[in-house]
Amino acid sequence: MILEDLYQELILDHYKNPRNMGTIDHPDVHKHVKNPFCGDEIDLDIKIDRENQQIEEIRFKGEGCSISQASASMLTELLRGKSLHEAHDLIEIFKKMVKGEATPEEEEKLGDLQAFKGVSKFPVRVKCATLVWNTVNSGLKEIDQAEK
Amino acid sequence: MSLSNRTETDKVTGAAVCNEPEIDWKALRADFPILSRKMNGHPLTYLDNAATTQKPQVVIDAIKEYFETYNANIHRGAYKLSEQATYAYEEAHRKTAQFIHAPGIENIIFTRNCTEAINLVAYSYGRSQLKTGDHILLSQMEHHSNLVPWQLLAEEKNLILDFLPILPDGNLDLAQLPHLLSGRTKLVSVTHASNVLGSINPVREIIRQAHNAGAVVLLDGAQSVPHFPVDVQDLDCDFMAFSGHKMLAPTGSGALYGKQELLEKMPPFLAGGDMISDVTFQRSTWHNLPWKFEAGTPAIAEGIGFGAAIDYLNRIGMENIWRHEQHLTEYAMKQLTEWPDVKIYGPKGNRTGVISFAIDDIHPHDIATFLDQYGVAIRAGHHCAQPLMKLLKVVATARASFYFYNSNEDIDRFIDALDKTRKFFKK
Ligand SMILES: Cc1ncc(COP(=O)(O)O)c(C=O)c1O
Repeated sequence: MILEDLYQELILDHYKNPRNMGTIDHPDVHKHVKNPFCGDEIDLDIKIDRENQQIEEIRFKGEGCSISQASASMLTELLRGKSLHEAHDLIEIFKKMVKGEATPEEEEKLGDLQAFKGVSKFPVRVKCATLVWNTVNSGLKEIDQAEK
Repeated sequence: MSLSNRTETDKVTGAAVCNEPEIDWKALRADFPILSRKMNGHPLTYLDNAATTQKPQVVIDAIKEYFETYNANIHRGAYKLSEQATYAYEEAHRKTAQFIHAPGIENIIFTRNCTEAINLVAYSYGRSQLKTGDHILLSQMEHHSNLVPWQLLAEEKNLILDFLPILPDGNLDLAQLPHLLSGRTKLVSVTHASNVLGSINPVREIIRQAHNAGAVVLLDGAQSVPHFPVDVQDLDCDFMAFSGHKMLAPTGSGALYGKQELLEKMPPFLAGGDMISDVTFQRSTWHNLPWKFEAGTPAIAEGIGFGAAIDYLNRIGMENIWRHEQHLTEYAMKQLTEWPDVKIYGPKGNRTGVISFAIDDIHPHDIATFLDQYGVAIRAGHHCAQPLMKLLKVVATARASFYFYNSNEDIDRFIDALDKTRKFFKK
């Protein structure tokens, strides 16, 4: 059934037991976002390893539906330790996938996060899934700008 | 329309007695074409009536007939077609006046929706009659429509907004009213029935006390006028705002009722054609009521559709509608209150068929997505009442809201899908 495409076991598990929940002392980036339509909120902290240009630590706190919160939890697992360049690619792929626009090769790169593929069948929920991705994206852009 | 007047003979006297018309609520669903459609393979179960209602064929036909046979601008053409359109549009005002027991057409201004009606009062009455330091009293359960216009006005004119609090049971704390009605309270604007909690507010008492304190009262009737009989003269409210589209009429229809002496002294809201009496390059004088407040070509088709919707409601009877909705609400509440993990917001009794609820550990959005897969349309979100959500300590609730065309079967489908949702997320 189509509902199971959306609410995969993995997603429900991350919703009930979110990973990397919390804050970071002196983060390089702190972002707060809110989806005004449904009230979903996410606070995201990122610490960057400048030398290696990679994400050293990433944590979130949030409130919202299973899709937005599981997406945040799984994002932190995927992006920790990734280079800024890789992170940028993964963000783009994820956003494409939930709209049903990514190729199978691209989706492979997302690993467990392919669990969110089913979101593409629920257009109203795409915003829930991408909330944290857009947040991390704008956070990383700030770092880019700061370095330039 | 499925009404039959059943005449019976009194068992004792043998005399003929005419009972209330007996309504075949099930058959009446056939008047609403959309109710026969399928949604995700299931019968459509539409339970978002607080947002907007479905439209019966007679309303759709009235709009079609206008466009097909007498489409013309109103109040302008010296020809038959325009005369017909003008008549139908004015007639819709007359029907609206009768529906809420207003004295006449002068008291009824058509607007796009309830929001525009409230803005009209804030802008025209508020700007011309309120002065720096005056207070406006609202309640803690207002829709953003009955909050934000007053915030703008307060900012512009340095007014103070006060709020009548709500009690934990979802009713207004009427005991606070005397303290809040300071000598400087010049306007009170409260909702007649809550779009989140379903509470029906004691507006008669609020109006009485407000008048004694020298304040005028606007009632937000968006969730009352569509559901039970409302008599604005009996209530003695000064203004009443409501939406046509929440009572079978097309979107783009709404109305403001106002007492004539107040409307007379208010300046126009929008200015332009159709609202003037005499115009020179420097000055203009205003057309008589209600046209003074209806500048430009109005939503004629929507207004005519509004009139047809009111005819339809009158044929069923608002008393009957109210009784039937009460029955539906009790039926739904009975099942919902059996589940310990379901929390219902708002009062237990004296309420409308708007039921906001939460289920432990399941986000309202997930509930709504789940129900949608079973063809059940409910709302999830803040319902344009963010301050109230904060008080309830939630960011969102799920909300089912009924109208008279809903059936026990609709509620069974809703409850059944909800049960599946609970089981899915609890597994
Ligand atoms: C109590 C209340 N007031 C005002 C409104 C605004 O109605 P509209 O969107 O038709 O202007 C609504 C509709 O949701 C409502 O429920």
